[in-house]
Amino acid sequence: MAIDVDLMLPSPEPVALLDPDGRPTAGDDDALPPADDLLRGLAGMVTARRFNEQSSVLVRQGRLAVYPSSYGQEACQVAAAQVLGDEDWLFPTYRDTAAAVARGVDPVEVLGLLKGDWHSGYDPYERRVAPLATPLATQLPHAVGVAHAARLRGESTVVLAMCGDGATSEGDFHEALNFAAVFRAPVVFFVQNNQYAISVPLARQSAAPSLAHKGVGYGVPGELVDGNDLAALLHVLSGAVARARAGAGPQLVEGRTYRMQAHTNADDATRYRSDAEVAAWAAKDPLLRLDAYLRAAGVLDDSRAAAHADDAERLARHTRDGLNVDVVPDPEDLFRHVYSRPTPQLVEQLALVKDELSRDEPGRDETSQEETR
Amino acid sequence: MTSTAVEHETLSTAQAINRALRDALAEDPTVLVLGEDVGALGGVFRVTDGLTAEFGEDRCFDTPLAEAGIAGFAVGLAMNGMRPVIEMQFDAFAYPAFEQVVSHIAKMRNRTRGRVELPLVIRVPYAGGVGGVEHHSDSSEAYYAHTPGLHVVAPSNPADAYLLLREAIASPDPVVFLEPKKLYWAKGEVAFRAGAEPGIGRAVVRRPGTDATLIAYGPSVPVALEAADAAARDGRSLQVVDVRSIVPFDDATVCAAVESTGRAVVVAEASGFASVASEIAARVSERCFHSLAAPVRRVTGFDIPYPPPKLEHLQLPSVDRILDAVDDLQWEDA
Ligand SMILES: Cc1ncc(C[n+]2csc(CCOP(=O)(O)OP(=O)(O)O)c2C)c(N)n1
Repeated sequence: MAIDVDLMLPSPEPVALLDPDGRPTAGDDDALPPADDLLRGLAGMVTARRFNEQSSVLVRQGRLAVYPSSYGQEACQVAAAQVLGDEDWLFPTYRDTAAAVARGVDPVEVLGLLKGDWHSGYDPYERRVAPLATPLATQLPHAVGVAHAARLRGESTVVLAMCGDGATSEGDFHEALNFAAVFRAPVVFFVQNNQYAISVPLARQSAAPSLAHKGVGYGVPGELVDGNDLAALLHVLSGAVARARAGAGPQLVEGRTYRMQAHTNADDATRYRSDAEVAAWAAKDPLLRLDAYLRAAGVLDDSRAAAHADDAERLARHTRDGLNVDVVPDPEDLFRHVYSRPTPQLVEQLALVKDELSRDEPGRDETSQEETR
Repeated sequence: MTSTAVEHETLSTAQAINRALRDALAEDPTVLVLGEDVGALGGVFRVTDGLTAEFGEDRCFDTPLAEAGIAGFAVGLAMNGMRPVIEMQFDAFAYPAFEQVVSHIAKMRNRTRGRVELPLVIRVPYAGGVGGVEHHSDSSEAYYAHTPGLHVVAPSNPADAYLLLREAIASPDPVVFLEPKKLYWAKGEVAFRAGAEPGIGRAVVRRPGTDATLIAYGPSVPVALEAADAAARDGRSLQVVDVRSIVPFDDATVCAAVESTGRAVVVAEASGFASVASEIAARVSERCFHSLAAPVRRVTGFDIPYPPPKLEHLQLPSVDRILDAVDDLQWEDA
């Protein structure tokens, strides 16, 4: 079967439907998603931003160990969740907590990993959101496996797998694309190109014309989209999801966006990028742009905007309240979930820990402790 | 399937593994066999011979050449209801998959508090003694055994290969299944109606003996048995314990055996430093100290990269090295 390589290559410029001022770009009017979808997306972004702000505050208050914020990337976060149906799967990274929340996972559970109570706070099967992946790109082959299993069972599941620009240099990214293409797995790979991998700029990750071009070597069509334009993201990603569902195989989508804040609270972004650069991207903010468009279109008014803000505030309060609860982790859990049944060695080790803990109990008589030694 | 349902059959280890895969594929539609060259070719050791023909491309299939991809793909398959059995073509070619094995396969249950389990098997043709050129003879068990969350088993004969693999495929936990290449062609009687004693987590006494205990697994078990034969001719009675299951380790059986003789030698092909043999020696010393008449000895590979074919006989624990170690066990009449 001859493949038309040109059709596999991304457009030279990112697909954009709204300019930074919220005006529809010249051209494809049909591509603009329905107003309801955009309104829902805007509400999602308002909530996502509030969630980002709240989480950063929780770091400063010592409630979270660390928070990799997606501030500025809310359009990507929300679109990734919005284009999926209940039967689909989302594979997020550490930075994609807002996407997991947008898909309906309890924000308190999403932040469990960053709070330090346990590695993954939520049940991945409940909303079909895989655990947040920390080792870069390693979740991408999993996404292909989930998609292939669904296909073997005759299910129409599509998997959307996220990663950053830096992660596209990892071997697992390439192996996953290749597997997905060879098995024609229904996977949408969604790269949020936020220009930096911690301090390292895109130019040090790749000399390719774009990250979306990386698909062609594997037979995976690529598309490049303005990652701060929710309308364009919904258009491109839902198209990719629909094609994957219809059996056309995987697609690679690069969203051009920007990490407005430092990598995490532990990072100092002034060491590797200029204020001017940050300011230029601030002018392309995804929320302002969609807000402006929807107001101009007569779809959004102040009362609706206030309702969005209220919803966001409610979620922030729920997040705050949940994280302010001190969970006392059960040490037995450390031994309970290593295997389906603890090995004899783990049974012995748990007994040791329990014994040690029982000696720490307040009120225990010091002398009797001595005697038992 | 042809149902000439025999209870016993004489098979090579490779055939026994093939039979275990066939029976698992036939019984459970979620079992999948995948890897490099496992399809039409039937694997470089012919272990998957005929499986694609019998069960179709969806059940036993070739993947691209990418071990991390294979392991990661299997994670997703297992997350979504399948029981993948993946083949790493050779021990040393499993290393690209190491991150997936350590960071995901071993940890998924733990990370998710038991909500996501990964019932998958990683089959690895392993260890030396077959004249393999470099990268084809590694004993990699310590890497896996050191990683909490993995079961690690190594059969030493066709019957165990069948039994342990069936159990591994049925297990809700990920299992690293180490297949001693040297034993692929060794024949033995295989019983198919498992129903018997479970093998994972259980060591077995392969040969009774009263003077000292040899503790071995995988390819070293036949060597230990040979050493026991030789010792018997010299009037010394050596017991041989086959560990079978490196993780979980059967302290109870191993210690009971050592306590019955009071002397122990651990035999393994892998380099000895920071090895499974070291772990076994330490466990036995800690637990059986008062029954021991001599320090526990280890006979292992040297701490060198695996030698080229013409020198590998020096690396492999031999009957002579085992008997020398036994001679060193502080015999009163010595
Ligand atoms: C395999 C691996 N190597 C290194 C790291 C440490 N690390 C965490 S985030 C990060 C940068 C990733 O950048 P990118 O993929 O662009 O995603 P972003 O953080 O910008 O969202 C690095 C190097 C890691 N998590 N995993």
